[in-house]
Amino acid sequence: MKAHLSRRYHFSASHRLHTEAYDSAQNRAVFGKCNNPHGHGHNYTVQVTLSGQVDPETGMVCNLGDLDAFAQTNLIARFDYTNLNTLDCFANKVSTTENLSIEIHRIFQAFPDAHLERVHVEETSNNSFDFTGEATPAPGTL
Amino acid sequence: MIFLTRKAEFSSAHYYWNDTWSPEENDRVFGKCANRNGHGHNYTLEVTVAGAVDRTSGFVVDLKELKDILEREIVSVYDHRHLNLEVPEFKTTIPTTENIAIAIWQRLDNKIPHAKLHRVRVYEMPDLFADYYGER
Repeated sequence: MKAHLSRRYHFSASHRLHTEAYDSAQNRAVFGKCNNPHGHGHNYTVQVTLSGQVDPETGMVCNLGDLDAFAQTNLIARFDYTNLNTLDCFANKVSTTENLSIEIHRIFQAFPDAHLERVHVEETSNNSFDFTGEATPAPGTL
Repeated sequence: MIFLTRKAEFSSAHYYWNDTWSPEENDRVFGKCANRNGHGHNYTLEVTVAGAVDRTSGFVVDLKELKDILEREIVSVYDHRHLNLEVPEFKTTIPTTENIAIAIWQRLDNKIPHAKLHRVRVYEMPDLFADYYGER
């Protein structure tokens, strides 16, 4: 039988929303206080949803220890206590939580033991973002 | 169509063990969950039903009735029990969060009048939950 498993992970990071495509005034107008030159930070929560047949031998969609180890190596170790803007994945992208969700989706697509359904990222308790891998034409330029 | 979700809570003990494996294999796959003395969780159950809003009552289902069904079919059977030892479906399946969600679906299927069971979500803890939509 097919079930969905969701696991939540937490990391803390700083960032600054800023793009070279805008001048200083435009950056301040578009990104507001998130454009503070010194950056600011969040406690992020990532909720990963995987699906698959429940293995009759283990009762599991996938081994939770393996998923946690994968997340520790590929998510937590990479993002926790970092400045997101300094990471390669944000070298040419604004470190919004939309772009962060897409990057985390890319990361968990490499987890081999179950199908990735959704990545849900909470930036604060009031803001959250979901990405299911659907590609839509992107407006704007970089 | 409206989706309506009702929560319930139960606290239970369990362990993970596959009798066809050696103790070493059980320890390797299930880790600390394989401790045969068991351990426990405060589970949160969310049952989502789907249906049309009754024009007279304004309800999809009577929430009190749904609460009573969850109490009778699930909470009274699972709460303050050892799932492996005291709940029949877990004599033959391992009480993982996935299997608990499937078992609860099977216990509730066709028991809720006027609405279709849409999703069973079981939280083992706030950072881990399983969803079952009745899929084979």
